[in-house]
Amino acid sequence: MTRPDPLAQALALVGREQYPETGDFPVERGYVWTSCASVENGNPLFWDDEVAAALTDGPIAPPTMVSVWFRPHHWAPGRTEVALPLQVHFDLKEMFGLPEAVMTDNTIEFHTPVRMGDVLCTHQVLRSISEEKTTRLGTGRFWVIEVVYTNQAGDLVAVESYTGFGYQRPTGAGAPS
Amino acid sequence: MTSLTPRLLLADVAAGDVLPELAYDVTATTVVLGALATRDWRPMHHDKDFAVNRNGTRDIFLNTPNQAAWFERYLTDWSGPHGRLGRVTFRMSGSVFPGDTMTLRGVVESTEVDGTGCGFATVAVNLAVGGHTKTTCTARIALPCAAGDNPWARSGDRWLPSPASP
Repeated sequence: MTRPDPLAQALALVGREQYPETGDFPVERGYVWTSCASVENGNPLFWDDEVAAALTDGPIAPPTMVSVWFRPHHWAPGRTEVALPLQVHFDLKEMFGLPEAVMTDNTIEFHTPVRMGDVLCTHQVLRSISEEKTTRLGTGRFWVIEVVYTNQAGDLVAVESYTGFGYQRPTGAGAPS
Repeated sequence: MTSLTPRLLLADVAAGDVLPELAYDVTATTVVLGALATRDWRPMHHDKDFAVNRNGTRDIFLNTPNQAAWFERYLTDWSGPHGRLGRVTFRMSGSVFPGDTMTLRGVVESTEVDGTGCGFATVAVNLAVGGHTKTTCTARIALPCAAGDNPWARSGDRWLPSPASP
């Protein structure tokens, strides 16, 4: 029995929405303040209701918190497995048999602001896979994965784009350490 | 309605402008606060023994989403609350550890008014420790074009966070 061609398998996933997920809890202000406190962010938009009312029609969350709302609790009743964030990345490593991987770039594009009480949804889309390439890390492939975030009304909230490089370390004489 | 005067207008900004520098002494508390604030429970961000013996790093280190929060804070310290992030791109080349003094420095690369009349500045920000770059970030941030302009009021076709393709 022949093994399925991993490239054909992966290319079939390009553009397909995968791993739809809904946030475990609504966006809440206590966590916004915890985040702002961690970096001493005094932006009045997040602390002063009058400023928030005037500029954003009510309190919003800092845009860069968008992925925070999807990280699972460390423990939850009945859960036996920990979901991996960016599962498509791990699927591709497995598919191509590439044991190592790094993320080279991360871009986030911000759309509709996130408001208190929002319950966000996300899904992942594989956008591209490169030909086999050799870098100083090893030989493997680059891939681009998008994580799309929407709110409960279906409005686009953010698109996060990761470029990953899955690779096999070089072996034999002359290989860099 | 509260009257708010924008701190910075697009017309106040030009390519080559340097943003005020932010230097911050990172402690173990900084790293742990940042990890918990981003709901990142992985041990290399709070357990030094794990970080050293399993990850081979010299200590626990700042996680990526928390660095994004540091960049946002740095940019909006400069822009004021009217500043609205459109897009950020990060590239990480090293870790930030307790005991490091991290320094954020930004330079305006360009400014533009897009086809919808929204003003944007593109800023290159460098996060360094001891002169060594740890993370670079390119941010596109909307700034008011006039005193009565509010980038946050834009939505749909009037909010284009990424630059138009050439």
